Amino acid sequence: MDFIASIVIPFIKSVIIVVGLLVGFAYTTWFERKVCARFQIRYGPNRAGPFGLLQPVADAVKAIFKEEIIPSTADKVLYVIAPGLSIATALLAFAVVPVGRSIHLLGREIPLYIADVNVGVLYLMAVAGLATYGVVLGGWSSNNKYSLMGALRTAAQMISYELPMGLALISVLLLVGNLSLVRIVEYQSALPLIVLQPVAFIIYLICCFAEAGRTPFDLPETENELVAGYATEYGGIKFPLFFMAEYIHMITASAIVTTLFLGGWQGPFADLHPLIPPFWFFAKTVFMIFVFVWVRSSLPRVRYDKLMKFCWKFLAPLALVNLAVTAVVVAMLA
Amino acid sequence: MEMVITEAVKGLHQLLKAMGVTLRYFFVKPITVQYPEERVRLYPRFRGRHELQRREDGLELCVGCGLCAAYCPAGCIYVEAGENTEEERYSEGERYAKVYEINLSRCIFCGYCEEACPTGAIKLRHEFALADYQRDDLVYTKERLLTPATPHVIVLEEGVIARNEVTKQSPPLFTIKGRRLLRFARNDK
Repeated sequence: MDFIASIVIPFIKSVIIVVGLLVGFAYTTWFERKVCARFQIRYGPNRAGPFGLLQPVADAVKAIFKEEIIPSTADKVLYVIAPGLSIATALLAFAVVPVGRSIHLLGREIPLYIADVNVGVLYLMAVAGLATYGVVLGGWSSNNKYSLMGALRTAAQMISYELPMGLALISVLLLVGNLSLVRIVEYQSALPLIVLQPVAFIIYLICCFAEAGRTPFDLPETENELVAGYATEYGGIKFPLFFMAEYIHMITASAIVTTLFLGGWQGPFADLHPLIPPFWFFAKTVFMIFVFVWVRSSLPRVRYDKLMKFCWKFLAPLALVNLAVTAVVVAMLA
Repeated sequence: MEMVITEAVKGLHQLLKAMGVTLRYFFVKPITVQYPEERVRLYPRFRGRHELQRREDGLELCVGCGLCAAYCPAGCIYVEAGENTEEERYSEGERYAKVYEINLSRCIFCGYCEEACPTGAIKLRHEFALADYQRDDLVYTKERLLTPATPHVIVLEEGVIARNEVTKQSPPLFTIKGRRLLRFARNDK
């Protein structure tokens, strides 16, 4: 294994993904505000630049120049680490997502993913589990009752959605027979898994909403009861950092749903040009983000005991039944 | 068990229905009035900034009686009367308003001054963009109150329905598959 292939190229790809996700975050906020506005027959931001395209820039500049206050009773180390932890885990998940087929550049074959981990799905689950720490630590270290309540809800939410999410994934894995996301996408060349596993798709999607902390499961930051939940004590640029983590989670969740259920970069004419698969991937991901926004502007928030009841008493059994049926079918066909 | 399934199906159906409603509105033209570029639609009864009226021959209608100041619940009007003379005649009667000031940072735009006025001299008109840089500038003097403003609005006829108002009588703004979605009148142009 030579130096360039093992160090330089993954490094460049990582930089591209990180920068892409950060810019993606900025324009996801713009996209959400625009789409949300249209659902409410408004225009949304349209003053800064054409179609309000410079709005994220204006917001970022404003956030950077805001005064930063660290509460005197806060646990300073954890308080500062928490937003970074949130973002880092949100970015990490993207490492195993294949964006397209390999491309040939400067006489080398470059695969369009950072790492083809053979336990890719496990890695995703692990990183998704870690993401909760940022929020929980942020809420705890602020030393504020609202923040603590927000953190508590995040914890309660996580132990509710992780189980059905994992069970839904297992039924997918039973069909594919491989944990690598690259293999999972290749498996879907003929038929996306949403057709074979509609129930698992719905369960996974619902859990994604909970994982990304989005409406109807945005309990950790319910602004009408908990001020801003875990982010109450955060100001200056640290508040947008949590915000950023939430949106990058949303992008990552959309990308993972695309990869696992919607066929990833597969699509019509994917063989014609090496840039068509990334286009399909992008289009599907944007569509999923649209679904996130659509749900946000349609559904009210659920109470957090109801979310737990729903996850444990309905989604988990449903996922188990789905898993059993899938297992029987796979065993009979084998 | 059976109950759980029927409830789940019912719930899913209702969720999809709700999402359908929002999606229908996604394709509707926004009703926002893009204010500085587009003009706001107001009714004649809209109570904006006060304007002192003149008679057709140029004489002021205000006779400096001070009833508006007495009636004002916010106490933001100050009137000081002066005597008209043959050489210097401002209004028809004996007296006129030598000083007439309204502190707009106190005014609640209730329109009681307009009601109290025996000569119809003070009127609340349609100017509403009143922001200023100095508080003192919000105390409007007689000269400023006598100058009619040219507000950036469309004044509707009373009874005509504004574009951003929804009533049962107004015709639907758009229909999809024969369903009336929102009723907005477009008859105010």
